[in-house]
Amino acid sequence: MEYEEAKEKIVAGLSKKKSKTKFYFNDLAKILGEKPRAAKKFITQMVQEEILEYWSSGSTSLYGLKGVGKQAHAEHED
Amino acid sequence: MAKHETPLLDQLESGPWPSFVSDLKQEAEARAKNEKGIDYQIPVDVCDDLLGVLELSFKHGRTHWKHGGIVGVFGYGGGVIGRYCDQPQMFPGVAHFHTMRVNQPAGKFYTTEYLKQLCDLWDLRGSGLTNMHGSTGDIILLGTTTPQLEEIFFELTHNMNQDLGGSGSNLRTPSDCVGQARCEWSCYDTQALCHDLTVEYQDELHRPAFPYKFKFKFDGCPNCCVASIARADISFIGTWRDDIKIDQEAVAAYVGGEVPPNGGAHSGRDWGPFDIQKEVIGLCPTECMWLEGGKLMIDDRECTRCMHCISVMPRALRIGDDRGCSILVGAKAPILDGAQMGSLLVPFIKVEEPYDEIKEVIESIWDYWMEEGKNRERLGELMKRQGFQRLLEMTNIKAAPQHVQEPRHNPYIFWKEEEVEGGFGRDVDEFRKHHQR
Repeated sequence: MEYEEAKEKIVAGLSKKKSKTKFYFNDLAKILGEKPRAAKKFITQMVQEEILEYWSSGSTSLYGLKGVGKQAHAEHED
Repeated sequence: MAKHETPLLDQLESGPWPSFVSDLKQEAEARAKNEKGIDYQIPVDVCDDLLGVLELSFKHGRTHWKHGGIVGVFGYGGGVIGRYCDQPQMFPGVAHFHTMRVNQPAGKFYTTEYLKQLCDLWDLRGSGLTNMHGSTGDIILLGTTTPQLEEIFFELTHNMNQDLGGSGSNLRTPSDCVGQARCEWSCYDTQALCHDLTVEYQDELHRPAFPYKFKFKFDGCPNCCVASIARADISFIGTWRDDIKIDQEAVAAYVGGEVPPNGGAHSGRDWGPFDIQKEVIGLCPTECMWLEGGKLMIDDRECTRCMHCISVMPRALRIGDDRGCSILVGAKAPILDGAQMGSLLVPFIKVEEPYDEIKEVIESIWDYWMEEGKNRERLGELMKRQGFQRLLEMTNIKAAPQHVQEPRHNPYIFWKEEEVEGGFGRDVDEFRKHHQR
């Protein structure tokens, strides 16, 4: 899979879900249909390009589209 | 005069032990006075407000912290833990109170200059409060605001040659015992292995892609000073394959009372003369020691490397020369299913640079767990759900007697067709020649 295709899949896949804004790494790997290690390369690049952002509770990490969700606003980071 | 009344916290200052409340008050006072003339980058009254919010939580019996957030430094998914107070009007000093985890040097060796630099940085850009060290082993810098994060990160990485540690669904900051730097029982160089794997697995440390947290810990010997066997998803515990070395003259010196046992520890009280039978031989868990004509004998084939005899008589008994480590997997604290100790996966492996064999084991475990682990499932829980046999298959390790915790616990042995000569099919006519219907 090419990076551009992966990017489209992720943006489309995450935008579709209305009830949630934060996702586990495994959810993203499933959208891509790739094994974790291959998926990680695409996802890391998407974070670098600020399409995705990390969210961490301290114990668990989640991913979301940058600026989407309540917390970004609450933390004045949108 | 304190900013908030804290009668409930003040009670924690009574008693003979040190109190974190006294420490917080001391820091609050020092910040208010600012004798060094520091240009504080976060609210001066952060420590006062921290005391205030804690007092309020004691009063209400519930927390006033919200945890988690999108805070972090660019490109890193760990190392910063967002903390916010849910009463920011009442306690503006701790409205943002993020934690930063800093990767401690292997073996926790510091120079005074480094510690001063770290404290100066945290006085300027943080609350001045640190936790040396967190339970994972790293340096915890408590309390700063979002705009300070990148500044601190720049200072740490550019001027202090220092990286952030792990948090979230990452490889957590690897931690080790003091190892061969100061300990004669260390069976491998824990600091070298800890440092090498920390550097090798930077991507896993900073960019989260695991189902949950993952911890490495390194103990030089089975005394397990960093308790890796109880706390690490993969623990590396030093061991040896040959015999314990015995100096019979020193054994006699211990028996004769010339050398104090336990390296002179427990000397605050008179425990009576040293009794080798009661204190060493009688406590050997595998009963593999005995005295013969005044000489100490050990059946090393039976020894499980518990370290008791060596710890009691360090001058007389020494670890063997054919050294390496055992790899145990799956230990964890009790969030789900109760606490679990590590299970032995590799009974013995040599610890030699560039550690390729060890990395092979680690990476096969990760591939397995990343694919089959559920969200927020630790390796130990996955092992319990799918069975140890599955782990052996996925890591390509052959079952060995050391993998058996107790014999005859489970009478069922499951064979796979490819493991059985001729498969599961059979010639019925041939069978009927010997057996009637």
